[in-house]
Amino acid sequence: MTDESLWYIFINASLISNFVLAYFLGICPFLGVSGKMETATKMGAAVTFVMIISSMCAYGIHALLVALNAPFLQLISYIVVIASTVQLVEMVIKKMSPALFKALGIFLPLITTNCAILGLALFQTNKGYNFLESLVYALGAGAGFTLALVLIAGLREQLNLADVPDVIKGTALTLVIAGILSLTFMGFAGLGL
Amino acid sequence: MDKPEVKGKGIFSASLEDGLSTDEFIKGLWRDNPVFVQVLGMCPVLAVSNTAINALAMGLATAFVLLMSNILVSSLRNFIPKQVRIASYILIIATFVTITDYAIQAISIELHKSLGAFISLIVVNCLILSRAEAFASKNSIGNSILDALGMGVGFTFALFCLGAVREIFGNGTIFSFPLFAENFQEWIIMILPAGGFFTLAAWLLIFNIMKKRKLST
Repeated sequence: MTDESLWYIFINASLISNFVLAYFLGICPFLGVSGKMETATKMGAAVTFVMIISSMCAYGIHALLVALNAPFLQLISYIVVIASTVQLVEMVIKKMSPALFKALGIFLPLITTNCAILGLALFQTNKGYNFLESLVYALGAGAGFTLALVLIAGLREQLNLADVPDVIKGTALTLVIAGILSLTFMGFAGLGL
Repeated sequence: MDKPEVKGKGIFSASLEDGLSTDEFIKGLWRDNPVFVQVLGMCPVLAVSNTAINALAMGLATAFVLLMSNILVSSLRNFIPKQVRIASYILIIATFVTITDYAIQAISIELHKSLGAFISLIVVNCLILSRAEAFASKNSIGNSILDALGMGVGFTFALFCLGAVREIFGNGTIFSFPLFAENFQEWIIMILPAGGFFTLAAWLLIFNIMKKRKLST
């Protein structure tokens, strides 16, 4: 194991196969809370935190399930771990910053049903990453998610000032921007090996 | 009905009292279509809609999980304590998704490969959880089944719309049958992730225009 391969995992998870723009994971919060720059940044941070914790837990659980020879419990145990981590984050945020808690609103508990997090746990298992690799993968995925969220929030803030036809306002417009962003992210494919 | 002791508390009694309403079925097809109107469950919609057959399989798998979890949630709605309801719903859904995952693997390993991790990701499809929370936990089994069927068919329909468009333009085929003459130039972008975003945006646009026209007449 060299440092280079860890670096590659990070770049791969954050840019080349960005979770939101290439794998379509975590589209719900992506469309939901991307209206404002500030909430988008904090949402990204919260998701990254949950990703790192649940990735570590998922690694342990996978080892345990392999030892117990019960792979069919994988999905159920992953989702339970993620749900409890989200609960933890929710309590911490509520205590530390009630304003942020309000701003994130319903989307905070909905991190549980954020496909990006469960997807991360499943992908790292499928790819057979070791502990360190999983951690870097989670970090990269979180960074990529935050990046995509912040980018789209910035674009949407600008678009609020633009004169757009009524029919395309809202989700349709966000999807078009997301499509264009996704095209630009394809440029990173050249970084791949 | 001369059985006064069944008053909505029993499991099966409620469905007899409330009566079934076909509206619960119809609403999912068009008016409250989960994808085009409610914009729920976007991740699988965009991710596996690159061919019509993938989209159809994904839609059916989701509809099955939705139906089964709605039935179970509805029949247990008087037993699940309020505080732990979301966790219980997710456990119920995860169980059925595991079943579906293994079933698809048994039916067609090829399909399982092309859908990949997205079958497992049905667990976190917001559509299923939102139906359990918003409908099945408050309504009788009969109505919940109708609701799940309507939403499931609506979801499958929407996925198919997306998958068909992307396959026709991106591959020049539908269900792997060639549609165009040899010299048709495929629009590669339609199979790429960006194409998913654009196609969905176009469908939403069409729905918006139709809604607007309906309002103005």
